[in-house]
Amino acid sequence: MSTTKEPKLNFNSAWDLAPAPEDTKHISLKKQYDLFINGEFVKPNSKKYFATYNPATEEKIADVAEADEKDVDKAVKAARSAFGKWSKLTGKERGKYIYRIARLMQERAREFAVIETMDGGKSIRESRDIDVPLAANHFFYYAGWADKLEYAFPNKNPKPLGIAGQIIPWNFPLLMAAWKIAPALAAGNTVVLKPAETTPLTALKLAELIRDSGLPNGVVNIITGAGKTGAAIVNHPDINKIAFTGSTDVGKLIQRSVSGTDKKLTLELGGKAANIIFDDAPLDQAVEGIINGIFFNQGHVCCAGSRLFVQESVADLVIRKLKDRMQTLRVGDPMDKNTDIGAINSKEQLGKINDYIKIGKDEGAEMYQSTCVIPKKGYFCRPTIFLNATQSHRIVQEEIFGPVLTIQTFRTIEEVIEKANNIPYGLSAGVWTDKGSKIFNLTTKLKAGVIWANTYNKFDPTSPFGGYKESGFGREGGLHGLSAYLDM
Amino acid sequence: MGNFQEQNQERNAEVAARSAFGGWSSRAAFNRGQILYRIAEMLEGRKDQFVAELVLQGSTSVAAKTEVELSIDRMVYYSGWCDKFQQVFSAVNPVASSHFNFSVPEPMGVVAIIADENTSLLGLVTAIAPAIAGGNTCVVLASESKPLCAVTFAEVLNTSDLPGGVVNILTGSSAELHPYFSNHMDVNAVVYYRNDKAEIKAIKENASLNVKRVFIYNKISLLSEQSQTPYYISDLQEIKTTWHPIENIGAAKSGY
Repeated sequence: MSTTKEPKLNFNSAWDLAPAPEDTKHISLKKQYDLFINGEFVKPNSKKYFATYNPATEEKIADVAEADEKDVDKAVKAARSAFGKWSKLTGKERGKYIYRIARLMQERAREFAVIETMDGGKSIRESRDIDVPLAANHFFYYAGWADKLEYAFPNKNPKPLGIAGQIIPWNFPLLMAAWKIAPALAAGNTVVLKPAETTPLTALKLAELIRDSGLPNGVVNIITGAGKTGAAIVNHPDINKIAFTGSTDVGKLIQRSVSGTDKKLTLELGGKAANIIFDDAPLDQAVEGIINGIFFNQGHVCCAGSRLFVQESVADLVIRKLKDRMQTLRVGDPMDKNTDIGAINSKEQLGKINDYIKIGKDEGAEMYQSTCVIPKKGYFCRPTIFLNATQSHRIVQEEIFGPVLTIQTFRTIEEVIEKANNIPYGLSAGVWTDKGSKIFNLTTKLKAGVIWANTYNKFDPTSPFGGYKESGFGREGGLHGLSAYLDM
Repeated sequence: MGNFQEQNQERNAEVAARSAFGGWSSRAAFNRGQILYRIAEMLEGRKDQFVAELVLQGSTSVAAKTEVELSIDRMVYYSGWCDKFQQVFSAVNPVASSHFNFSVPEPMGVVAIIADENTSLLGLVTAIAPAIAGGNTCVVLASESKPLCAVTFAEVLNTSDLPGGVVNILTGSSAELHPYFSNHMDVNAVVYYRNDKAEIKAIKENASLNVKRVFIYNKISLLSEQSQTPYYISDLQEIKTTWHPIENIGAAKSGY
C-alpha cells in the first residue's frame, strides 16, 4: 500500500551538467601589489603585506600592501595637489577622462569578471553579466554629467568638495568602486579609495586601468588595508568628504568620528528587506523574485530580500514552490558558468552565517536547506530558509548577509506594513501583487529607499540607491547621486 | 529636577510629533499649502502684537516691522512650495532594462529643530516652514533670550487649522535640551541654527546612535533671500525609488 508521501525533487543526478569552467588563463595578476598613489604603485611605509585568498579554493592569490597612517597621508597629499588642476579643468575635459575609463573597462571586462570571481567567490555568471557591465556603465553615465552639473540643481552653483575618502565593502568590489569614484570625478573631486581587505584585487586592477587611461596623477589614489587603514582615512584632517558603504555598526562609528569636523558624509549601510507576496501575485514569478532576492550574490547584498512575508492563503503553495526551486540551485565552483551560488566571501563570514543558522534553530524557527552537494574545500553554504519565524527572532531583526531567508505569514495589508517597517533598517523592499492600487498603497507606506514591485534586485546607473533610517543617508546613482559630491 | 522636567517636556513633544506624522504627511500637498497660507494670514492678523513683542525684546520698531513682514512673506513662500517641490526634486529614471523607474521625495518623519537664538519670530518661521511644508512634524526649541514671540506664534498655529502635534514649540536652554533632541531614538533628523561648536559636535555624535540626519545651518543670514529655498525642504526629504517591470511581449511598439 502506498502512502501519500510528498514527492521530493532531487536534481543532483538528473541535472548533473558537465562542468563549464570559465577560462582563467587570459588574466594577468601579479604576486604582490603595492599602493596606488599619485599615479604609480609605491611600497607601503609599513613594509607590511597581507594575503588575499580565493574563498572557493582557500588558495592564496596575491599579497597586498597594508597602508598605515603615513601611507594614507601620502595618498591624501597626492589627492590634494591634484585637486587644483583637476577641479579647474572644464567639465567637458573631465568627462573625456571618465569616458575613457568606461571604455577601457568594457575592453577588459572579461579579465575583471574572472578576477572578481576569484577574489570574492561570486559566480562568474553574475560578475560577467552584472558587476562588471554595471561598473563600466556607471562611469559612462557619470562621465556625461561632468559638463552638465549646472542643470542638475536649479539656482545653485555647484562646486566640488575637495578630496573624497571612500571606503567600500567586499560584496560588489568593482561595482562599489565605480559607484564611488565615477560621481566624485564628474563633480571635480579627487579620491582616496580603500577596497575591503578580502577583495582588493579588482580595485587594484582598476588602479592599473586608471594609470593606463592617462588620468592625471593623484586624481584617484587606491590604497589597501583593513579597518585601521579605513580609520586613518576617516580621521585624516585634509579630507573633505567621507563616503562609506558597509555595516551599520561601522557606519555609526564613522558618523561619530567625523562629528567634530566639517566633513560631508554619506553612508550606505545594512538592510533587512521585506519581500512581500500577496495572494493575487503571479506566484511563479514571485518565487523567482524570492530566489533572486535572497540568493543573488550568496545573499551578500545589503538590499537582499531577507525577510519573506507571504499572505497566509498562499503560504503553503509558495513555500512548496520555493523549496522545489531551491533544489534546482547549483552551488559550487564560482568559475563554472552554470553555478548559481558561489562561495561565501570569507571564512569569517561563513562562521557568522553558521552562527545565525544555529541561533535560528535555537530560537525555534524551522530550518530547511536544499540537499545539494557542496564542495569539500572552500567556504560554501547551502541555500537556507527558516519557516515559522517571528518578528522578535534575532534572525528576523538582524542582518545575516548570507543565503538565509526568514519566512513569516500575514493576513492583512495593515499587518504586513507594520511588520515590514518595524525594524531599524530601511534600505529596500519588494512587493508582489497583480493589483496596481495595492502596489502603490504599499510602496508609499514602506519606509525604504528602494522598492521593487513585481521584480527584485535590479540596479542601474540612472537609478538612485540608498536607505532610510539606520540603513544610512545619501543616494548613489542618478542625478540624486551627484549631490553627495558637490558643495552647494 | 529641571532636567527631569525638560526631558519630560521634550519626550511629550516628540510623542505628539510622532503621532501627528502619519496624518500630516498623508495630507494632500495642496491642503498643506492652504494651511501654511492660513498660518501666514494669522501672522498678519497679529502683526502689531508681534512688532510690540520684538520691541519689548530690544528691537527698534523699524527692525521689528521688517522681521514680522519677512516672516509673513516667508510663510507664504513655503506655502507655495508645498505642492511644487516634489516635481522639482523627483525624477523618472531612464533605466536600461524594461522597467518603469521613478524617484520621489518623502518626508523624513520627526524633525528636532534648535532654532536661531538671536531672533524671536523670524528664526522660528525660517526653521519650521520648510520642515512642515515637506510633510514632516517637528519639535522646536525657540530662542531662550527672546521667547515672547514663540508663545504668540504657538497661538497662531493653534488657530490656523494646523493639526495638533505637527509643530511643538519648547522654550528653554539649548545647553540642557540639545542632548534630548539628538539622543532620542524616534527622532529622524536634527536641524541646528546656532553657533556653539561643542553643541554641534555633541549633536552629531549623539545622532550616530540611530543614524539621524543632521543639518547645521549656522552660516545662513536669516534676513537674506538665501535663507529660503526649496533646498531646505529637500534636505528633510528621503528619496524613494520604485521599480516596476514593463511588459515587453509581442510586436506592438509605439511606432504604429
